[in-house]
Order: sequence, then C-alpha cells, then structure tokens
Amino acid sequence: MTDIAATPRAEGGLTALLRHSRYVLGENPVTGFAFGLFVLIVLAALFGPHIVPYDPLASDTTAALQAPSTRHWFGTDQLGRDVFSRVVVATRLDFFIAVASVALVFLMGGLAGVAAGFFGGWTDRIVGRIADTIMAFPLFVLAMGIVAALGNTVQNIIIATAIVNFPLYARIARAEANIRRDAGFVEAARLSGNSDWRILTFQILPNVFPILVVQMSLTMGYAILNAAGLSFIGLGVRPPTPEWGIMVAEGAAFMVSGEWWNAFFPGLALMVAVFCFNLLGDGLRDMVDPRRRT
Amino acid sequence: MLIMTLKRLAMAIPSLIGVVIVTFLLTRALPGDPAAYFAGPAATPQAIQEVRVKLGLDKPLIVQFGHYVVDLIHGNLGTSLTTGQPVATELHNRLPASAELTLLGLIVSILIAVPLGILAATKPNSILDHTCRIVSTAGVSLPVFFTGLILVYVFYYLLGWAPAPLGRLDVFFIPPPQITGFYLIDSLLAGDLETFWASLKQLILPALTLAIFSLAPIARMTRASMLAVLSSDFVRTARASGLSAYTVIITYAFRNAMLPVITTLGMVFSFLLGANVLVEKVFAWPGIGSYAVEALLASDFAPVQGFVLTMAVMYVALNLLIDVLYGVVDPRVRLDA
Repeated sequence: MTDIAATPRAEGGLTALLRHSRYVLGENPVTGFAFGLFVLIVLAALFGPHIVPYDPLASDTTAALQAPSTRHWFGTDQLGRDVFSRVVVATRLDFFIAVASVALVFLMGGLAGVAAGFFGGWTDRIVGRIADTIMAFPLFVLAMGIVAALGNTVQNIIIATAIVNFPLYARIARAEANIRRDAGFVEAARLSGNSDWRILTFQILPNVFPILVVQMSLTMGYAILNAAGLSFIGLGVRPPTPEWGIMVAEGAAFMVSGEWWNAFFPGLALMVAVFCFNLLGDGLRDMVDPRRRT
Repeated sequence: MLIMTLKRLAMAIPSLIGVVIVTFLLTRALPGDPAAYFAGPAATPQAIQEVRVKLGLDKPLIVQFGHYVVDLIHGNLGTSLTTGQPVATELHNRLPASAELTLLGLIVSILIAVPLGILAATKPNSILDHTCRIVSTAGVSLPVFFTGLILVYVFYYLLGWAPAPLGRLDVFFIPPPQITGFYLIDSLLAGDLETFWASLKQLILPALTLAIFSLAPIARMTRASMLAVLSSDFVRTARASGLSAYTVIITYAFRNAMLPVITTLGMVFSFLLGANVLVEKVFAWPGIGSYAVEALLASDFAPVQGFVLTMAVMYVALNLLIDVLYGVVDPRVRLDA
C-alpha cells in the first residue's frame, strides 16, 4: 500500500483512482472475478427477458418435471416451464428489490446518521433511539412483521428491507460525520461564513459518501437474502412471477421426490449473486479504506 | 457483579419499551380499517363495529396503547382468527420446539466454528486457514432455506440416512411426557432411548442447517481475535517462558480471544432467530416460526404480532445474558461497571 501514498498528487484524481483500482484488482484477483460476475448479473437484469430461449410463464404440461438436458438447460418445473428462462428473467426483479431497498436505506439512514453526528443533541438522541429500537428485534422477524402490517406487496418488501438495515447506515454515517464535525476544513468553512446546512452538504456529505457506498455493496447481498427469504415464506412476490425465493419455495416440495433442479438452480443463482456482492463489497472496502482489511 | 447485572438489567428496559411500542404500532399500520381486518373478510358492518368496540379501536390511540400494555402484563396476546385459540397458549406450546432447534444449532455451530477459527489463527495461510475463509464466506452467502433443501436432498433422498423432513418426531413415536418440552431431554429423563434417537434423527438436519448458517461470523471472529491475541506481548512472554503450545493457546490466548466472540454472539442470535423461521418452514417443524408463517398467509395478525413480540423479548433477554456472561469471562468489565 505504500506506493499509493507515494503517488504524486499532480497525477490527478481520476488517474490516481484508476491506478489504485488496477493495483487492488491486480493484488486481489477475486475482486476482479466478482466484478465480472456483477457485470453478468446486471446484463441479465437488463436484457434477461429478451435473450432467454423460452417464455418464463408459458406452461407445457406434456414437458413437466424434465431433468436438465440440452433443450432445457436447467430442466422444467411442475408446469413444464423452462427453469433456465425463469432463473434469468427473475434476475431483474431480485436485483431491483435489492437496489431499491439499499438506495432507500442509503438515503434515510445516511441522511439521518449524518445529521445526528453533525448536529448532536436531540437529533442524535432521536436517531439513536430509533436505531436502538430496530436493533432490539431479530432483523428478519421485524421485516416479517412490517410486511404483514403494511401489506403483502413487493413495494413493502423493499421498505421492510430498508428499515431493518437502517441502524447500520445511521451508525456508520453518524460516526463518520461526528469525527469530521470539528475537523480543520469544517472549522475553516464555518469561519468563512458558511451556514450549518451548507457545511453539511458540501463538506461533510462528500466525505462520508464513499464509506456509505462501500456499505451499500456490502448490504446488497444481505438485502437479496432478506427479500428472497420473505418471498420464500410466501410474502411479497406472488406466483407465477419468476423470483428466486419463490421458485425455491415452489421447488421445495419436489426435493424429497428427487426433482432437485427445480429448487437447486434458483437457489444457486441466489447464492452466486450474494457471493458476488459480498466479494465486491470486500474489494471496494479495500479500495476505499485499506486499513479495515481483514 | 450483582450491581453490574442490575445496571445492565435497567439498560434493557428502554429496549423493551421500544419493542412494545413498535409491535403496538405495527397493528395500527394495517392498511385500511384494523377492525375490518380483525373481523375477517366475511364480516358484516355490524360485526365490524362490534369488533371495533371489543378491541377498543373507537378510543384514542393512547388509551388503546394502555389497554395493550395491560393485556400484555396479564399475558394476553389476543386470539388467533383461524384456530380460535389464545395466541399466548399456542406460542407457549410451540416455543420448546423452536428453542430446542435453535440451541442445538448454536451448540453445533460453536463446536465447529471455534476450533476451526483457533486452528486457522495458529497456522495462518495453511490449508486450514483457507478452509476457514472459504467456509465463512460461503456460509454467509448461502440462503438458509437453500442449505436445508440441499441437505434434505442428499441425506434423505439420495442416501436415505435421515428421516423425512416432517416435524419433530416420526408419527410412529409418542412424544415423551412433557417436563422441559425439549424432546431430547424429556426422552432421556423418561429413560426412553428409542424416542431419544428418533427425535435426534429428526433434529440433526435442521440443526445442521442453522449451524452452517451461523458458523461464518463465529469462525471469522474467532480467527481474527485469536490472531490479534497471539501477536500480543503477554503471549510472547508466555512462549518465552517455555510454556507448552497448548497452555499458551488455550489458557492464555483463548480466554482473552473469547471476548469479541461472545460479543458477536448477539448478532449471531439475531440471524439465528430469523433463520429459524425459514428452517422451520423447510422441515415442517412445529415451532413458533411456522405458526407465524401460517398465520401470516391467512392474514391472521394477532399471532404474527405475538410472535414478533416474543422473538424480540427473547432477543433482548439473550443480549442481556451475553453481557452478563461477558462480565463473568472478563473481570475488567465488572470493575468498570
């Protein structure tokens, strides 16, 4: 890491970042691999419905429960639908739920935490109390309760996933804003006559931002697991919509009679996606903050 | 020690109040008219009005909250719409099944994760260390319901070693007389080894599923904290004094390295209690999680509310226990308090 510190300043921000990224990727090929997987997932989410060989909803009872073959790569389910097509098409919905919930908590938790750390006092106490109360619940259980109360829709799964992640973001943002509150550059901005809000927006937020972005990629995996878990127990997504969690739930009944491909492939997709986000998050963290490396 | 425990107990009270307020607010967040919701889909306007008065929903929010708290103090969690049974009784009857499963899962997980973490830390970059890293990364990426299904496929369908994933005991067996509610302990107390084996067989796969899931954070934390302790001065001194590797690692390093691991247990419990719901669904386990899921799908809200409250109270209590345990393991914490 020492040669990074020695990088001449004159090189410019973007070039330095690229150099640093290349260095990190070179040292840790796993991050490169995870990034490749990420690109694949994004492509599947964007173009999935256009490239799959079969209609994910078209049932064909004459071809029900067929084992994986060259015609149906991942086999067919109990209604004769092509599992491969369903797994690929489902990427969009799962990815969307994860991104939306993480973006939501990024806004809510990030802003609340930064305000709490910067203003202190009552703001801090209220945000802290809300975070503590959420943390007093086992998170998945709370998410279940929220979806049950707000109504059984995809939108509410997103909201519930965002709420259970709130304390994590609020705490990190609070801590980062708090240590910068009396930093030299903030004092300088204050002495030059900037208002509190202006300092918060232009001095504190840009500094806390990269740390929260790393947190986003670290929680993406958890968000996908949480949402898939909720749809596995029958919340949110309804059949016949292709979604990984519900596909595993539908395939579960066939596991005991040996038709493993029904639940296996959507579960595998889920696992690969979570694995990819976790690795990517670790890699991003190394890039932004080499000290926290484990 | 007593003072510290009491202080910690006092700190748990705000959490409990928060939990009660949130579970209360969850019922009020129901879309539409809560009275219509509680009365069921086929209710007449008159019936809805009756329910409204019966539940006190015509009174101001703060009065309703007062009623809710009074009910809670009397152990009344409402009545399930689908079964007509009081929620508290059902939860009480089903809780041992969930507790037995979760505790066994945790024990298995600790028995695997802690030695793995210690061995990985004593031999960095060895095969064991890499195994530890792969296991802990894969463990957090595996959806718990997926692991359960794979285990069922391999051990029930392919190998035929495990019984069908259908509940706590095969239908041919009679549950042991209830003393603790844990089938393993009750059957042993009754001296019925056959039932003991039968219930153990049913328990192994779901407990293993939970263990695989919770292994990752424990192994990771044990490894990291052992690495930190092993490079500290007092371990070097102990080594230089010629103590055996076993004494240095177990007596000196392990005891100090355990502290962060105990702290992690709090987070592990949060995951375990949530994962429990999914595992119960996969293995048709008659615990409180599957009770809540059934109620959720039937739009029967009282059991869900009772379930969320029970889980949260248990979680607060477990965190309390962990903090007290921390004081037992580390005398310095006692002095600070």
